Amino acid sequence: MRYNSLIDSVGHTPLVGLPVLSPRPEVRLWAKMEDHNPTGSVKDRAALAMITQAEKDGLLQPGSVLLEPTSGNTGISLAMVAKQRGYRLICVMPENTSAERRQLLSMYGAEVISSPAAGGSNEAVRVAKGLAQEHPDWVMLYQYGNQANAQAHYETTGPELLADLPSITHFVAGLGTTGTLMGTGRYLREHKPEVQIIAAEPRYGELVYGLRNLDEGFVPELYDPTVLTTRFSVGAHDAVRRTRELLEQEGIFAGPSTGGILHAALAMARKAVQRGEQADIAFIVCDGGWKYLSTGLYEGTLEEAEAALEGQLWA
Amino acid sequence: MSVDVRIPTILRPFTSGEKVVTAQGATLDAVIKDLDANYPGIGERLVDDSGLRRFVNVYVNDEDVRFLESLATPVQDGDTVTILPAVAGGCH
Repeated sequence: MRYNSLIDSVGHTPLVGLPVLSPRPEVRLWAKMEDHNPTGSVKDRAALAMITQAEKDGLLQPGSVLLEPTSGNTGISLAMVAKQRGYRLICVMPENTSAERRQLLSMYGAEVISSPAAGGSNEAVRVAKGLAQEHPDWVMLYQYGNQANAQAHYETTGPELLADLPSITHFVAGLGTTGTLMGTGRYLREHKPEVQIIAAEPRYGELVYGLRNLDEGFVPELYDPTVLTTRFSVGAHDAVRRTRELLEQEGIFAGPSTGGILHAALAMARKAVQRGEQADIAFIVCDGGWKYLSTGLYEGTLEEAEAALEGQLWA
Repeated sequence: MSVDVRIPTILRPFTSGEKVVTAQGATLDAVIKDLDANYPGIGERLVDDSGLRRFVNVYVNDEDVRFLESLATPVQDGDTVTILPAVAGGCH
């Protein structure tokens, strides 16, 4: 496949079957390989769409400063696009994210402002919103509330999945900004009303939920629960276990959030088998495992890896 | 019905620091009322007149009760109820 530039190659990712982990010939799992995007994660789609929309809206000129709260992947995607298009990027990132993410951001020329580990991404959002008020000339694309994020998946991920897997019965993805689930979910629902849309939400260690009070909780502005069929909470133990299974049984080297998503996908597969139903379950491989090597995810016993992830924003 | 309830850090002052407590009831609503009887005040942090509070997520065996029957969700002996504050999730 030939493209005029790297940015033009975002999307069009492969959908690969999981012959070993699929429980039955009539209950099949399919991995949407978003790690094949230019910076190695699903976030390239949203980043490109948000910047393109901001350009259309006249918000950006050469040299403009972009500001974004991110746990890493969106920042890396934005940094790649911003560099190509001539913008500066400042990322607000929780300090408990992996070293690789910081290195990648600085490689692409982005500046990183650290937010406190306690409170996780909620805290990064709060800090970024404060900075945006202090610097009205900076442009915060704000992935949690930017419709272009969900729209990217409505226009690309959804149609790609339906074209490759017309028999799709389930779509499973991670719940962060909710953009992937909202956009892909709406598209698939419009074309296959009976499709099930399932969210896998990472359940972190204690530190990340260390809010001062419950009113500090956060629900992304993009989130519309009516798009979802159901929503699972997946802890580090199951996420690590499934990430390793995916590597050992199918050869797919993915990051831990993908393990969490696979865990929910396998639960849906089990349900279909119990009910004797046919199922084609597509799930998102968010990113490859490369950025998580330093976390200890792939070393030692499951318990050691789980302990290593405690306190980190692993998804 | 006896279930395990995982208590988030922010609500542990109610449970003398206990991370997991047991509670009785056939529905989530009954479980929360039983929790409140043993740990007075915890109930109103979880529910208000309109149901579950906006920034409180509750899961029965890891499934979000808002996609089950919310407070009317049935629970069975040995189920795990997890209470968490809503936070920005993963992969972003």
